[in-house]
This record gives sequence, structure tokens and C-alpha cells, in this order.
Amino acid sequence: MTSVSQRFQQLRDRAQCALIPFLTAGDPDLVTTAEALRVLDRSGADIIELGVPYSDPLADGPVIQAAATRALERGVKLNDVLAMLKEVIPTINAPIVLFTYYNPILNRGIDSFLQEISSIGVKGLVVPDLPLEESDGLLKPALTYGIEVILLVAPTSPAPRIVAIARQSQGFIYVVSTTGVTGMRTQISAKTKDLIQELRVVSDKPVAVGFGISQPEHARQVMEWGADGAIVGSAFVKRLSEGSPKEGLKSIEAFCRTLKAAITSD
Amino acid sequence: MTITPLPVNPNPTAIENRPDAFGRFGQFGGKYVPETLMPALFELEEAYHHYAKDPDFQTELNGLLKDYVGRPNPLYFAERLTEHYARPDGTGPQIYLKREDLNHTGAHKINNALAQALLAKRMGKKRIIAETGAGQHGVATATVCARFGLECIIYMGVNDMERQSLNVFRMRLMGAIVTPVSSGTATLKDATSEAIRDWVTNVETTHYILGSVAGPHPYPMMVRDFHSIIGKETRGQCLEKWGGLPDIIMACVGGGSNAMGLFNEFINEKSVRIIGVEAAGFGVDTDKHAATLTKGRVGVLHGAMSYLLQDDDGQVIEPHSISAGLDYPGVGPEHSYLMEVGRAEYYAVTDKQALDAFQRLSRIEGIIPALETSHAIAYLETLCPQLEGSPTVVLNCSGRGDKDVLSVAKVLDVSGN
Repeated sequence: MTSVSQRFQQLRDRAQCALIPFLTAGDPDLVTTAEALRVLDRSGADIIELGVPYSDPLADGPVIQAAATRALERGVKLNDVLAMLKEVIPTINAPIVLFTYYNPILNRGIDSFLQEISSIGVKGLVVPDLPLEESDGLLKPALTYGIEVILLVAPTSPAPRIVAIARQSQGFIYVVSTTGVTGMRTQISAKTKDLIQELRVVSDKPVAVGFGISQPEHARQVMEWGADGAIVGSAFVKRLSEGSPKEGLKSIEAFCRTLKAAITSD
Repeated sequence: MTITPLPVNPNPTAIENRPDAFGRFGQFGGKYVPETLMPALFELEEAYHHYAKDPDFQTELNGLLKDYVGRPNPLYFAERLTEHYARPDGTGPQIYLKREDLNHTGAHKINNALAQALLAKRMGKKRIIAETGAGQHGVATATVCARFGLECIIYMGVNDMERQSLNVFRMRLMGAIVTPVSSGTATLKDATSEAIRDWVTNVETTHYILGSVAGPHPYPMMVRDFHSIIGKETRGQCLEKWGGLPDIIMACVGGGSNAMGLFNEFINEKSVRIIGVEAAGFGVDTDKHAATLTKGRVGVLHGAMSYLLQDDDGQVIEPHSISAGLDYPGVGPEHSYLMEVGRAEYYAVTDKQALDAFQRLSRIEGIIPALETSHAIAYLETLCPQLEGSPTVVLNCSGRGDKDVLSVAKVLDVSGN
């Protein structure tokens, strides 16, 4: 199965920008999440980020917070999410990156967690509350399980940190486009352009931008600024949660195609 | 020749040197926050170390602690409480109360809020945010913001706003914006999450006055140090009153700031027994309590590794305590460390025991304690009969109970008293 880095390499070879949709697992239910992953996979998603619902999502804005709360209220457990992924991953092409806060990993035990997600074919991990200084304990074992741990760079990160994060990050470097939590914004800060360029100078790893990208124009903008990928979260989560699951799936399919078209060079 | 192997230090953080450069107390503490906040935490740490040694800062802080807060506050010999626990032969624990309840705003919280506001001012941050549970930290923060003309936004769970409506009014009276938090359980944990989200968004202009010895480094260290005046005064007052150290010191523990403020001075005094008292809510064997150290497991919440109330899936559990200030599923990392190395003992008392203690101290001493403080007072019922001779016990009377009288009245009426 393709790793996250390999997928970026394939896209680079074709001079394409990656579309990385995000969904919260279990909202509105896991059956819909499974179907949504397949829909996204065939509608232009190059990599899919799947959020594990957590009770205290510090880095998330209202849309993803609410989705996580709904999933937990329905009784969605980590094991259920993994069981669903075990069925779905062999049927799709896009590598799956899990987005989870650190406590559920710690609770499971770092090794058993990595072993489990690796055995079902998860390829990457984003842990928003695990900064560079605390990441060693996860990064090292993750390497042996073939899981790429993606680190984040923020608009507030000073230059020496950016260099250190770029060196440690695996799969790609996640550029946080806004000083804030996840959620839809009307425009993408111009600071993002500087961050992408700064990273280009210090690293040849792929760079993907997230936190606030909610419209095709935003995705196109970050592509034009030189990003290798655009991550779109709240805008997908919101669309999937509106109306019936069937309507939600239709809505994210159309949205995914529009986004992909916006970042596909003619 | 025999080679003696070097002893292996079981605790990478020596107890004398807490925390280490990474903000670790043994395995506890650290900085588990989004990258966006990391530079702000480094900046804060640097500013803290700088001003901790700055004579101008210390002079201004000490002047305000004296004239604005009203320090030093007394170490009061609770004569009738002592009599209450005396044995027939007249011996028994000699109980002293460290009167943090007599501070301006009625609790220990102002020690830290004042110092952090001075720090924020020097760091050029004019917008202050804070979380509050019982409202005491919110009131203390609103107070110092009024004093220094700083913009003040307080995050408070909607359930707590109802339980502590008087404190909401006080904060608003002093010009603070009280922002209701309705996510999750709408209590202290959610207010803290929301404050952190605000900080992530406004980090460049804003200082977050965290109100407990919790959160990411440097908060557990800094908040402890700003409260350590409690223990320092206590040491001097003990010397003055009986020429020695206390035998036992005790305090209630939610996040644990009043406790660390008292404990810190005595950690290295091996003869001093240290006791923290948690909230057992309906009982530690029910699912309605906030006894993190008694019943929790190691986890990460709000930026620090510490004991945590969590379910099998690593989801944070809704805590319960009659006291809004103890209604928190985490605990300061240093408390987890002190428990793990066996330097401090932690016990839990129920809502009912705390309510009894609330009334007992009011009747016996004419001091209405905060419901939080009432937990420490309640543990005297268990502790005193176990003690031999007449040891000196210093209990941190961390706050006054005026804010709680309405909710206590409601509870007592319901139970038919």
C-alpha cells in the first residue's frame, strides 16, 4: 500500500497538488463515515485525514468540536473506528492519516496503538497536541511500524523551530494557515505564503496547508503559493452533517470534485 | 577490587530541583499544546525567569501583596476546633488555619493573578483571558485587570455561572466580560479548553492567566512559585508561635494551587507530613466524583501529563463535586509527582462530609469556609483520631464561603434541615 510520502511523490511527478479532505469518524455514524471515505476516494481525494473523536479537542473550532461530541454521544469508540477502517482501507486508494489527540494514544499504550493502526493499513498520524519537544516518544517507534508522524508548523513558529520541525516531520509538513483553531475562514492569511516559501528553502519534504481552507479558491491559492497539498476539514464535516446521511454524502462528493478541479492544472 | 555500581536514580527529576528544564516533575508535566502556543510558552518562561530576579518587579509585587492584597495574613490558632478534637486527657492536634480567606477577594487566588498581571504588563500584553470554576480565580483576575486597566475576558461554564452567580456579578461589576461556555460538561474543564482556544487564536496580543498549578510548562512551576508566599509566611509564623516547623500541613486539591503554595516551602523538610484532600463527590466508588489522584490514571489534559479521570477509551470523564473549584478531572502535575514519590499523601472526602465541615467551622470558629476549603477541614474528622500526642497541624484556609452560602442553603433545604 502507498505511504503518504509515496503519494506525494507520485503527485509531484505529475506536477499535481494533493487534495486532503478531513472527516470526523462516527459523525453522523460509522456506516456513513465508511461510505464517505469511499466517496472521497473516488471523487479526487489523494490522501484522507480521519479525526478520532475526543472529549477535549483543544485545537478544534466549533464545527469539528460539535462533530466529535455527537460521535461520542453515539458511543463511538476507538475500536469501532479501527474496525471500520480495517474494512474500508483495502477498498480505497487514498492513504489514511489518523488525526488524534495524544491522550487516546497514551491510554492505549504507544506501541499497541501503533501496532494496531499499522496492521489495518493506516499510513500517517497527526497529533495536534504533541509538539516537537514531546514527539520523540512517538516518532521513533512509529518509524518501526511504518507510520509517518506529521508535525505542524504554525504562523507563530520562529525560524529555528521551523527548521527543526521540518527535519523531524514525516510524510509531509503540515502548515497551519491561521493563528487559531480549525474552522472555516473567509480568506487565507498571506503569512501562509511566507511559511511555504520558508519551508521550501529548508526542506524538500512536501508541504500541505490546513486550518481554515474551506473554498475552492483557498485551495487554489495555496497551490499557487507552492503548497503540495490542501487540507480541508470543517467544510467537509459541516456538509456531511447537514441533512440526511445520503444528502451529506452527495454534498461532499460534489464539493470534493469542485475542490479537486480547482487545484488541477489545465 | 570490588566495583560498587553507581546507584540508579529512580527519579530523573530530583525532588530538590522541580521541574527540570523541560517542565517535568518526574514523568509528569511537559508541554502538550498545539504548535501555535509553543513560542508563547517559551516567551512566558523567559519573562518569568527574568522578572523573578528583577528587583523592580519584586518590589512592586511585594508592595501590592502587602497594601492591596493585605498580606501577610494570619496563622490563626483555631482554639475551639482544637478543643473539638481534644482527647479526654487534654492532648490532641493543635490546629492552625492559614487565613488565605482574609486576602482581598476572599481566597488565595489573587496571589497568582496579581503576579501574572504584573508579568503581562511588562510583557506588553494588554488583553487578559482566564478560566474559572468557582469564580474565585475569575474574580481575582477581574480584580487585578481593573487595578491595572487591562482588558479582561473570563471563560466560565454555564453550569458554574449558575452555581456561582454572585461571583459572575462581581466579575462584571469590575468590568470583565464573562463568556459562558456550554460545550462538554459546561464546567471548569470546558472553560479551560475554551480559554486555551482563545489563546491559540489571540496569542500575539493576549496573556492567559491560568489559575492553577496545571496546564503546560511553565504554568505549574510559575503558579506554584507565585503562591509559595503562603508557605513562606507559614514557616515564619510557626517559628514565631512555637519555634519550630509544623508537624502536618494540609490543603484541599482540585488543580492544587493553594496546596502547592503551602507545600512548596516544606517539601524538603522531611519531618513535615503533607496531606492533600480531593473531592469524592458522591463517593469514590460511584461515577460522580473528582478524586483524580485517588481514582485516576496517567494521561494528558490541558497541556500537561498528570493523573486524569478518563474512561477505557482515554476520553476525559465528567467529574462531580459540590464545590465548583474542585470539579476538575485533572490535577497539577507536581501533585502526581509528590504522590508517586511518596512525599505527599492524598485522600478524598465526599460532598456530604464537606458540607458538614462547612457548617462545623462556621459554628465552632465563626469562620465560613469556601466549599473547596471545607474538604480539607472535613478530613480532620478522619485524621485527628489517628494522631498521637499534640502535633501541630496547619490547614490552608484557602477561601471564604460567602460565595457558597446560597447553594449550600439550597442543598440543606432539600435534605430537610
